Amino acid sequence: MTSLASVAAPAGPVGGSRLGKILVYGVLLLFALFFLLPLFVMIVTSFKTLDEIRDGNMLALPVAPTIEPWIKAWGEACIGLTCAGIKGYFWNSIKMVVPAVAISTMLGALNGYVLTKWRFAGHKLVFGLMLFACFIPFQSVLIPMARILGLLGLANGTPGLVLVHVVYGLGFTTLFFRNYYEAFPSELIKAAQIDGAGFFQIFWRIILPSSGPIIVVTVIFQFTNIWNDFLFGSSFASGESAPMTVALNNLVATSTGVREYNVDMAAAMFAAIPTLLVYVLAGRYFVRGLMAGAVKG
Amino acid sequence: MAFLEIIGLRKRFASMEILKGIDITLEKGGFLVLVGPSGCGKSTLLNTIAGLETISEGEIRVEGRAINNLHPSKRDIAMVFQSYALYPNMTVAQNIAFALEMRGVPKAEREAAVAEAARTLQIGHLLKRKPSQLSGGQRQRVAMGRALVRNPRIFLFDEPLSNLDAKLRVDMRVEIKRLHQATRATIVYVTHDQIEAMTLATKIAVLKEGEIQQVGTPYEIYNRPANLFVADFMGSPAMNLMDAVVAAGSGRTEIRLTREGGEIRLPIPSSVTADGLGEGRKVVLGIRPEAITDRNGADRTSKAIEIVEAQVDVVEPAGSDTFVVTRLAGKEVTARMPADADVRAGARVPFAFNLDKALLFDPATGLRL
Ligand SMILES: Nc1ncnc2c1ncn2[C@@H]1O[C@H](COP(=O)(O)OP(=O)(O)OP(=O)(O)O)[C@@H](O)[C@H]1O
Ligand SMILES: [Mg+2]
Repeated sequence: MTSLASVAAPAGPVGGSRLGKILVYGVLLLFALFFLLPLFVMIVTSFKTLDEIRDGNMLALPVAPTIEPWIKAWGEACIGLTCAGIKGYFWNSIKMVVPAVAISTMLGALNGYVLTKWRFAGHKLVFGLMLFACFIPFQSVLIPMARILGLLGLANGTPGLVLVHVVYGLGFTTLFFRNYYEAFPSELIKAAQIDGAGFFQIFWRIILPSSGPIIVVTVIFQFTNIWNDFLFGSSFASGESAPMTVALNNLVATSTGVREYNVDMAAAMFAAIPTLLVYVLAGRYFVRGLMAGAVKG
Repeated sequence: MAFLEIIGLRKRFASMEILKGIDITLEKGGFLVLVGPSGCGKSTLLNTIAGLETISEGEIRVEGRAINNLHPSKRDIAMVFQSYALYPNMTVAQNIAFALEMRGVPKAEREAAVAEAARTLQIGHLLKRKPSQLSGGQRQRVAMGRALVRNPRIFLFDEPLSNLDAKLRVDMRVEIKRLHQATRATIVYVTHDQIEAMTLATKIAVLKEGEIQQVGTPYEIYNRPANLFVADFMGSPAMNLMDAVVAAGSGRTEIRLTREGGEIRLPIPSSVTADGLGEGRKVVLGIRPEAITDRNGADRTSKAIEIVEAQVDVVEPAGSDTFVVTRLAGKEVTARMPADADVRAGARVPFAFNLDKALLFDPATGLRL
């Protein structure tokens, strides 16, 4: 960092660059605080008692921190008519997001591999159509999707949601992998063919092991989208099989007298933690992956 | 019967014909070098032999059997790519063993083969590294090792040395030559480098725009180029090519070259086999720089040394020799003189032309006469 700064410094007018830097970092800091504020409020609220919430300042730290709201949100809160917390729905989401992310990423990788290294007549058209899939608004596919799920007997359940998310995510994952593999040297594929490796052997042994960054990017992208999805969840999985996002909405909407903000906030935190975790664990690769793609172009 | 036969091979990409009827044969243990300007189809030809490109017409045979419909893995060939194409996720040992693994060779045998190849190429200490941790020359050796373990019927090399610096190129060139002599492998090799072509080949094929210009030994290609293109393409500095006219001289037929303030008369070179060179016929005289020297450096065994006085334009010392440039027949003409030759730019000096080594070409067809 210091070497970078010392190299960059002489380029700008002396003094002006320092002021500029302070300005830039100041603005960045301000925005960061602004964006983090809701998260801060959520966290402090989730550790307060109801009395404290009612009387105190929204931004104040809890006077007597308690994890009671978290326990309640997880196992006791009422959603609709049952009062077993959000844990069941949390697992619903996990059962939906893991296979959906895994399958859509895998298929995206395969598609990208075929579209760049095993080109066939009309490969551009196929890719164009898949790209098109990225731009179809969710709402417009709801009714045909419902009909298809009904025909397949997958209406109202996690497997149906997995299918929906895989189909909807395929356009994006294919786009990611195709662009990444475009820059992958074709000579490696030729060499492997001469060496006697077949289609899937090349994919498993050579292509996939070199795809780390783009897999991370795709997984983060798909995980966030699918985990946070509300529309498909509320349309195709209601009641017991609803995913986390839908349950959270129902929890907040279920009124049993007093509105328990602390429990709502704790439940919302449960809903947010997995995506946060994925970002923290893989975030470094996310940025690196985006950069790698940009440089290779 | 030749080991490798390429018969009437044509390759089209869409409507563009890239290879226009290639015929080449190569005997077992031969070293065929393909040369030609960029984009003439050398890599494409190599890829068709490897099976990485289909062919539009013609046939490729190895030991008398057509292989053009075989999958690349079934052709029993190994290829070294210009970029080496090492698998980045595997170690050097895994890279070398990959082809054997794909062919189901047992682990113990694979390891023995890798060790053997590593010993030949002196890369034993690198076996556990990844390609990204190797230098250019080391990568090149690993790429060769990958081909060597296979012990294939034919090796294909696509400009394997072009990524290396000059010093390493020379070392690797010697190594490839040694390898060829030791293993007696059959090799097809693409290069841009004149010296690589001349030193390595037992046979050179010169390509231009998808057509073979000449196939022959390095000696034939260099000393008896079939046409103006080959004459100009092979050799560095290039052969001097001067316009001339056939004329009747005193008791002999001669060629005349115009120059500032007069003309030069030279006898017809002895290499000319065509007869009936009519008076007034336009020809091109081709003579390599080393066949033009100073008076002392002239080849004493030659029967046709002609002395021409000319003004020196430029003197280019090149270490072991000095290249002296003058103007004749409206063209720059380069002579190769000893390093200690006493010539200065602007001086008039005698140039000794060795007409035994000169060639005549037909300017219309480009063919040698
Ligand atoms: N897949 C392809 N589709 C269309 N044209 C191609 C294709 N591959 C090669 N060509 C064309 O074929 C010609 C020969 O290409 P090739 O790569 O064989 O040249 P080369 O002699 O190896 O050149 P270089 O010395 O630069 O490597 C070029 O004009 C190239 O544009
Ligand atoms: Mg090439």
